[in-house]
Amino acid sequence: MAIAIVAGLYFVARHHARPGIGATIAEHPLAPDFSLPQLSGQQLHLSDYRGSVVLLDFWATWCDPCREEIPHFVELQSKYRDQGLQIVGVSMDDSPEPVRDFHQQFKMNYPIVMGNAQTGELYGGVLGLPIAFLIGRDGRIYSKYIGATDIAVFEREITILLRTK
Amino acid sequence: MNIPVKHRNVVLTAAIVLLILVSGVFAFQASLIPASRLINPEELVKILQSPKGEKPLMIQVGSHVLYEEAHIPGSEYIGPASREIGVQQLRVRVQPLPRKKFIVIYCGCCPWNHCPNVKPAADALQAMGFTNVKVLYIADNFGADWVSRGYPVAKGE
Repeated sequence: MAIAIVAGLYFVARHHARPGIGATIAEHPLAPDFSLPQLSGQQLHLSDYRGSVVLLDFWATWCDPCREEIPHFVELQSKYRDQGLQIVGVSMDDSPEPVRDFHQQFKMNYPIVMGNAQTGELYGGVLGLPIAFLIGRDGRIYSKYIGATDIAVFEREITILLRTK
Repeated sequence: MNIPVKHRNVVLTAAIVLLILVSGVFAFQASLIPASRLINPEELVKILQSPKGEKPLMIQVGSHVLYEEAHIPGSEYIGPASREIGVQQLRVRVQPLPRKKFIVIYCGCCPWNHCPNVKPAADALQAMGFTNVKVLYIADNFGADWVSRGYPVAKGE
């Protein structure tokens, strides 16, 4: 609990901060781990993806800017899967039904978990969507994207992190 | 210029379909709410903190997950008004109230122009005859425009 609060305060303080890929390791906090149910019912542990570059996307089906980003994320996942990119969607919808429909309709090729208020707080308060975090192979957060973001920005920063081993 | 009747009908049908699609898109746009029906966060905070004056019934018409994370103390969660069930729950909640009741609705899920919830809620209340309804203008999201400014916040159900 204490870790969650400290992590939350840290992220609130850095709300608009983007340390950037080139910043020192000390400026990149470890991504808080979580275990959440996927649409299939299976639990997803974020820490299972240590070693991959993870784009953690907080979104919802009713959020227009989120919806616009999804097809681009599907493309990025296909393009960079073999190099170690794993996108994880955290839906902030109130129930999984619309998410299941959306998942099929948009042929989403990465796992979706159902988020909750605790997960939002763990990441500094997800009080507006979309918000995404780019996590390196070392499990540290290298970028936070608030609001709709140009896909070229995602791709540029993802490819930089994919080059690290 | 003589346009064959068949072509004229096609053009007319296309225009109607386009009009329906465009009106459907704009039906959800918060930016179409007149400024006279908006209230700024600082104005609302002043009203809430003033010892005098009528306090509004505040209703959050967005996501329950986001409401649980943070909401205005004393505000009620109704459900996303972008869905019919949310609008229906809103109607049920306000039905017994006098039509002059001061009501503030808010969401803050997304940037103002993308919020799918506040306009349907405001329209529903107006259609029911409520004359003192304000929509809380949240430019970016509830986190940036309310929580980060240090305004009062409650958590949980």
